[in-house]
Amino acid sequence: MNASSQPLVSIHNVTRTFTRGAENVHVLTGLELAVADGEFLALMGPSGSGKSTLLNLIGGLDRPTAGSLAIGGDRVDQLSDRQLAAWRARHIGFVFQFYNLLPALNAERNVELPLLLTGLNKAERRRHVAAAFEAVGLTHRAKHFPRTLSGGEQQRVGIARAIVTDPTLLLCDEPTGDLDRKSGDEILTLLQSLNRDHGKTIIMVTHDPHASARASRTVYLDKGQLSNTPTA
Amino acid sequence: MTTLTQLFSVAWYNLRSLPERKAAALTAAVGIAGVVGVLVGVLAIAEGFRRAMTVSGSPDVAVVLRSGSDSEMTSGLERDATRTISDAPGVARNAAGPLSSAELFVIINLPKRSTGTDANVPLRGVEQGAFDVRGNIRIEAGRRFATGRNEVIVGAGAARAFAGLDVGKTIKVGQNEWQIVGIFSANGGLAESEIWTDTAVLQPAYHRNNSCQSVYVRLTSAAAFQEFKDALTTDPTLNVKVLRLSDFYEEQSTAVTKFITTIGVFIATLMGLGALFGALNTMYSAVACRSREIATLRALGFGAGPVVFSVLVESVLLSIAGGGLGAAAAYLLFDGYRASTINWQSFSQVTFAFQVTPILLGKAIAFATLIGIGGGLFPALRAARQPIATGLRES
Repeated sequence: MNASSQPLVSIHNVTRTFTRGAENVHVLTGLELAVADGEFLALMGPSGSGKSTLLNLIGGLDRPTAGSLAIGGDRVDQLSDRQLAAWRARHIGFVFQFYNLLPALNAERNVELPLLLTGLNKAERRRHVAAAFEAVGLTHRAKHFPRTLSGGEQQRVGIARAIVTDPTLLLCDEPTGDLDRKSGDEILTLLQSLNRDHGKTIIMVTHDPHASARASRTVYLDKGQLSNTPTA
Repeated sequence: MTTLTQLFSVAWYNLRSLPERKAAALTAAVGIAGVVGVLVGVLAIAEGFRRAMTVSGSPDVAVVLRSGSDSEMTSGLERDATRTISDAPGVARNAAGPLSSAELFVIINLPKRSTGTDANVPLRGVEQGAFDVRGNIRIEAGRRFATGRNEVIVGAGAARAFAGLDVGKTIKVGQNEWQIVGIFSANGGLAESEIWTDTAVLQPAYHRNNSCQSVYVRLTSAAAFQEFKDALTTDPTLNVKVLRLSDFYEEQSTAVTKFITTIGVFIATLMGLGALFGALNTMYSAVACRSREIATLRALGFGAGPVVFSVLVESVLLSIAGGGLGAAAAYLLFDGYRASTINWQSFSQVTFAFQVTPILLGKAIAFATLIGIGGGLFPALRAARQPIATGLRES
């Protein structure tokens, strides 16, 4: 599927309301969004605008209060918790701001984790892990533990973990937010390469215009609504 | 396959991350070790006491008391009755006659070696047949007492527990002096807590004329008991109750064993509650420390079940490790440790060795496992219920 055909992500009239004490906080209201297959979408907006909430909904980590959310034809909002966990394992690769690597496992084992849910045997898992490390250019650091890796290297491991199962969609939550400019640029280049050269669909939450410039499209979220231009 | 892989990979990861929480984990394990150590220690007392009371209770040995009496202290049998009992069918015989012993049981005061305070010690008058009837009496030092003389032999447990009970010494009881001529063992059984002398010498010393309190007999076989019992209980000249020695000792030990076990379980339950809260605290901390890791695993697609399983596995393994440590320490410290306590049925001291048995160790580990399950369950459920998006934001 390419950018001109049916959208990979289709969000229609989605609302997400949180209850805090007696108060209802409407984070997203009647939101509409379509993301095409193969697109690299940057999602920007001020703090508290609901960017991460939207990303969590798309990634099946949270459920909308109302509305529909379909990804690759699956109505994600209608899946049970168990189905949602299996769906995430199959279709979503997460890249987190703070990498979220498990400190007790070395880089290789961290990347292998999502493959444990696939039923692949050990040799196949090893092959996939090696390919993922090669894609992020970190094969020589595969045996290192996260604490011995730089921030940029940890994020590369995070990206390798996200792509190792060849997911439908990569969701990146401020992937350069914890990195210096140079490391951040390298990560953005890597994401761009995954999008252009490997056809990965990417949705990236960022505060950084420099990062969003690498995306093929940028949308802005403010007060629970999306727009194609930043609000003043 | 994938479900099992999930279960074990998350549990394995969890255990690998344990060194990062070693202080809390060690605290919980040591707490549980303490509880299990105390439980095993106290139950080893009960087990040791029960063993001392029952080890020599052979099923082919019977004891006869006056009907209605619940111990030798409250029993009384005249000479004619003891003869009838010895001659009853089912009693084994050798060249010297029936294997029986008419016995007298009195209490004397002797100072304990450990504290110097007086304690009740059983002085038992026995006939020479007593050695064959019991079958497990071994002279460890000196010799048997001679018939008709003020001589005693002392059980090995009594000799260890009470002052002045050495071969060659004399003990003064009332107006009489008794020379100690031997030390005997009885396979760790009750007789080792006693001092033995000739019934015929003890009777006049305690103004008992010809009366005794019990008759011990060896039967031709364990199966001969019913014939023996029926013969005595249907004899109109006798008013007796007949018991297998094993049943008699079991009955005699019940009150003290129950008391010690109850105290032990009560103490262990209280301590166990403390350990349970310790384990809960540790596991809640572990879950709190790992909330981002747990959320990450769940975001990657691992289910709630493996998370619950992993927390429970950690809790149970910590508890088993602590329990094993406590049980091992209790075994090393207490097994075979010698002590004495009063037997309420005879109001006399029984010396015994603490017994840390495999069954006791198994119970202790089971107790530790229960603490582990109790301590891990609620934190595990909390970990599983935590919203993933919230967990991912934890620092």
